[in-house]
Amino acid sequence: MRVRIVQLITLLILFTLPFIAQWAGQPFWIDLTTRIVIYGIAAMSLDIILGYGGMVSLGHAMFLGIGAYSMGILTHHSFEGSVVPFLPGEWTGSTSGFVHLAASILASGLLGLVIGLLSLRTVGVYFIMITLAFAQMMFYFFIALPTYGGEDGLNVWSRSEIPGLDLSDSMTFYFVCLGLLCAFWFIARRLVDSRFGGVLRGCKQNEQRLKALGYNTIRYKLIAFTIAGAGAGLAGGLLANLTEFVGPGTMHWTKSGELIVMVLLGGMGTLIGPVLGSAALLLLEEILSGFTEHWMIVLGPILLLVVLFARRGIYGFLAGKEAKDG
Amino acid sequence: MALLALKGVEACYGPSQVLFGVDLHIDAGEVVTLMGRNGMGKTTTTRAMMGLTPASRGSITLNGKEISKQAPYKIAQAGIGYVPEGRQTFPNLTVYENLVATASNHTGTKDPWTVERVVDLFPRLGERASQYARTLSGGEQQMLAIGRALMTNPSFMILDEATEGLAPIIRDEIWHVLEHNLKEAGQAILVIDKHPEAMARIADRHYVMEKGQIVWTGTSEDLLANEDMQHRYLGV
Repeated sequence: MRVRIVQLITLLILFTLPFIAQWAGQPFWIDLTTRIVIYGIAAMSLDIILGYGGMVSLGHAMFLGIGAYSMGILTHHSFEGSVVPFLPGEWTGSTSGFVHLAASILASGLLGLVIGLLSLRTVGVYFIMITLAFAQMMFYFFIALPTYGGEDGLNVWSRSEIPGLDLSDSMTFYFVCLGLLCAFWFIARRLVDSRFGGVLRGCKQNEQRLKALGYNTIRYKLIAFTIAGAGAGLAGGLLANLTEFVGPGTMHWTKSGELIVMVLLGGMGTLIGPVLGSAALLLLEEILSGFTEHWMIVLGPILLLVVLFARRGIYGFLAGKEAKDG
Repeated sequence: MALLALKGVEACYGPSQVLFGVDLHIDAGEVVTLMGRNGMGKTTTTRAMMGLTPASRGSITLNGKEISKQAPYKIAQAGIGYVPEGRQTFPNLTVYENLVATASNHTGTKDPWTVERVVDLFPRLGERASQYARTLSGGEQQMLAIGRALMTNPSFMILDEATEGLAPIIRDEIWHVLEHNLKEAGQAILVIDKHPEAMARIADRHYVMEKGQIVWTGTSEDLLANEDMQHRYLGV
């Protein structure tokens, strides 16, 4: 019951916040909330592998970046009228939101599949290092790619186009993001509650036991890694729309660290928790950076306290320690 | 042809050799025990069967097919159900999830195990279906571990120290299930246990291990009659 109340209140706040922002004459709040929702999707996708599968990936922002670049590159070619390289035919990109969404999800999902295939043979600290290495490789690859702005990044000339919706309107864009967050939440919840999810959680708790029960655990972890990559890619595509800019900084390893912090703050293995974590981190950054540029000094002890005393983060605090996943 | 046969199996942990040419076999429908004092290589033998500690020498065949070089998950899929020492249920999955998430029927059993059948065997699991496995008592966790292995519909089961550390009443309950449900249903089982009298009642044949080798084998009558062997190798 308490879990349902937390979920409902979270959704209610997310649904009403832009109206409150409008009423208060603070349009910036809408952008901030949009950012919370977008990072919430990315953190939720990380929670699938981190919270449920026990895979500590320090390269998750790479998928966020690939999703963002997918959107940015297609828009870039569409505006320049130039051909998108490495693709069959003479395709000159697109401004369609549906194409952007599909490209962001597919590109990052495919990358997740390839990187997962290579990195999931390792565990523990080696897995952390290999995911970090891939992310940094991708980071330097885009820095060294002058076609798409290199270190300076790429300006996205306009937001994606969806018939009947004006995404340049902050409120409309916010609700599209919120709708996608709800859809991803629904899919992720079905996934972790399924038999597949049971095996995934089993991998986190005792992988060797699952192998002895006849499970090729790498296959299950790979599917989860790919889905998580695709989820972060979706968030990346939305982020590029929000900021109307794509840069390699999106996939820097510190960004992956931020996503982990969001999951920890919100509550690992809870799905909705990481959205709360995203809200907590971005709001703390917003508020504290108003006082000092060294706001991380305050964040550090807060994170320490959460890890020490609230094992399931904000979600655990609100819904109760023994509450089932949200 | 034996259902499972080990011939000259050797296994090592790094540079330390633990098994020195283990020979044993189990036929279909047979309940066999592997006994011996602590540290004699019983668990390592079962781990070698499962491929968790791969045999460095010798052969392990299941239904005549060599499995010693296969990955653990392939060995499990070939039909071995493993109930490890220390139970090792998934603590953060509910009882129901523990049973369902890992269920499979790779052996193509016509009448596969279901949650309902496992609950018939161990009614306590039905009462605790929605509880996390970590909240169960040791005995209940052991029942869950056995139920979980049954849900993979194995042609052969290994129970490693299934009753260790359990209250006598729970121990009797598990032995009762082994004797009157699984054995009568024709389930082949290798039991590792430290209670010769109970094992003589439940099992058909017995193996005794000492320092990584099989040093004695015989029927239940032989086991009970041979008090000297029990004293020397089992510390009874």
